[in-house]
Amino acid sequence: MNKSDGISQFFIRNAVPLVFLVVSAVAIPISQFSPSYLIQELLIRLSRNAFLVLSLLIPIMAGMGLNFGMVLGAMAGQIGLIFVCDWNIVGVQGLLLAAIISTPLAILFGFLCGIVLNKAQGREMVTSYILGFFMNGVYQLVVLYGFGSLVPIVSAKLLLSRGYGIRNVTNLDGMRRSLDELIPLNIAGIEIPVATFLLIGIFCLFVLWFRKTKLGQDMRATGQDMVVARSAGIRVMRTRIISIVISTVLACYGQIVFLQNVGTMNTYNSHEQAGVFAIAALLVGGATVSRASILNVFTGIILFHLVFIVSPMAGKYLLGDAQIGEYFRVFISYGIIALALVLHAWRRMNDKERARAQFRGAEGGAA
Amino acid sequence: MNAIKNFIEEAGWPRILIAAFLVLLFVAAPFVNVRLDASLSDTLVRFGMNGVMVLAMVPMIQSGCGLNFGLPLGIIAGLLGAVTSVELGVQGFAGVCTAMGIALPIAIIFGWGYGLLLNKVKGDEMMIATYVGFSSVAIMCIMWLVLPYSSPNMVWGYAGQGLRTTISVEEFWQNAIGGIGSFNIGEFFYFPTGMFVFFFLCCGLMALFMRTRTGTAMTTVGSNPEYARASGVNIDHMRTLSVIISTVLGALGIIIYQQSFGFIQLYMGPFYMAFPAVAAILIGGASVKKASIVNVIVGTILFQGILTMTPSVINSMIQTDMSEVIRIIVSNGMILYALTRVTKVK
Repeated sequence: MNKSDGISQFFIRNAVPLVFLVVSAVAIPISQFSPSYLIQELLIRLSRNAFLVLSLLIPIMAGMGLNFGMVLGAMAGQIGLIFVCDWNIVGVQGLLLAAIISTPLAILFGFLCGIVLNKAQGREMVTSYILGFFMNGVYQLVVLYGFGSLVPIVSAKLLLSRGYGIRNVTNLDGMRRSLDELIPLNIAGIEIPVATFLLIGIFCLFVLWFRKTKLGQDMRATGQDMVVARSAGIRVMRTRIISIVISTVLACYGQIVFLQNVGTMNTYNSHEQAGVFAIAALLVGGATVSRASILNVFTGIILFHLVFIVSPMAGKYLLGDAQIGEYFRVFISYGIIALALVLHAWRRMNDKERARAQFRGAEGGAA
Repeated sequence: MNAIKNFIEEAGWPRILIAAFLVLLFVAAPFVNVRLDASLSDTLVRFGMNGVMVLAMVPMIQSGCGLNFGLPLGIIAGLLGAVTSVELGVQGFAGVCTAMGIALPIAIIFGWGYGLLLNKVKGDEMMIATYVGFSSVAIMCIMWLVLPYSSPNMVWGYAGQGLRTTISVEEFWQNAIGGIGSFNIGEFFYFPTGMFVFFFLCCGLMALFMRTRTGTAMTTVGSNPEYARASGVNIDHMRTLSVIISTVLGALGIIIYQQSFGFIQLYMGPFYMAFPAVAAILIGGASVKKASIVNVIVGTILFQGILTMTPSVINSMIQTDMSEVIRIIVSNGMILYALTRVTKVK
């Protein structure tokens, strides 16, 4: 491989983050936001989203691609939050209790998701994606019709006026920013949610440690080649299910952290958005469907949300219409996933071709 | 006994359950004061509206490109045609023809590019198709605001520019195709003959096409690419062709849909439109790799039947609207079933 080939490889590999770097470099001055505002916003969004995005890492390690099924975890988290809200438990205790309630649910969802995905090997992503939609229907059935009729809900404030079903918007006032403000820190007018970042830090350490464990190594082997892993005595199916269960549980905690920061919960929408934005952010950070690191997570969130924050205002100043910037945002979140998936599939095909050519070349040399 | 077993195996449990559910709904309808003839008529109208879009799934499944979750791309081509025809102010049957005439070349171009893209990502088509559909809808959201359309029937009144989210075609070409030869039986039963003629014409053409040399080659590419290559079939070429046909049918399908519905839905309107079509063909008995015209017809009747009947019947029974939730669970459950089904080799 010569030098120019190396440079072009670098550009191809990092195409997505580079595009985002350029877009934000152009859009930031146009949007006329002050640096301190931008830093504050970015810190908030980093603390909000990091957990959700990190939850995607483990299934990627196990070769299952982007876990679109993380919305299942988000649903579990929301169900926990609804109960805690109903029982009127506030502050960090409330969040803790919500996490405890939703953990078994998330484990169950993750287990189901893992079983389904094992039946759809080779198309895990699209299957987990549809599974997310399907479970969204089940979630609606339970929360919109079951809560308040079959599942006892005490507080009338949470229920729709007809007596059962949770309202579209659930107010989390009692828990709002309770984790973020647990350890208050204010530098030059910029608030830093120390406790949340501590939690994220611990979680990063967990991921690093997990990679080195026996189970983590098994997952990586499974991700590399299932056949080889199986013949090496790894219980492939079980390993894959565990990876999805871990991811779902973490996504569930991630959603709780996310919602305590936002302070209100769109009972029927919040979880859907969680999936798309987390995946887009991870991909923007330069991760691929088969490889993602913690560094990808943080660069991704910063770049993606930078563009997210500035694009409506940039659109307004540039084209005189904030709506265009708004649609641009939507386009970016979906377009980036499309682009990353295409690049990945394309590269995989090229690698296959190259491997074949090499194989042929070696044979030709011998002859 | 064996015959029943065979039948169940052939049709698959989910399909039988859905069919039984639909029959149950029709049986229950008169008891909860839902008029049977009106419901039947609604089902038929919806069948005509959605049939062509479901048919659009067939070529891509046959050529091995999987379920066309990128249908919104074709729909966008159709929308461009429809909007342009309203801008020109062409009315009646000529209006629909103009819309289709304009949509056709756009759909061919879109489908060609989309096909080339899908050839580069063999094996991952479905996921990428989904996101190609989503991102094209999003970029068209910007386009609808920017494109220089100016007909006062379509643009926002106060700004004088940018298209509205829904545009009525009532004054232009509502029922221009569905209305041809349509008739009423009694007060409530309406039969949109024109739409059915158009749909079965498309089905017939598709069936004929599948029997031609090219059509057979396309099926071969889907069922056994290596064999197809060995027989001298250009795989990429066939796949691109199938994607183009699918996109064109998507474009025509949405125009048929609009002329019956009476409105053009822009912006996020086409966002999820691929899912009902995908679900319908799967309910009809297609798999990710194999689909026929019969699958299209059966699937559309079953799926649209449930969509029509659940709101009216279930609402009258338990006084709540659960149709949306049922729709989500049935359609996505069906897609999930198809994706996870292990095809038995006999």
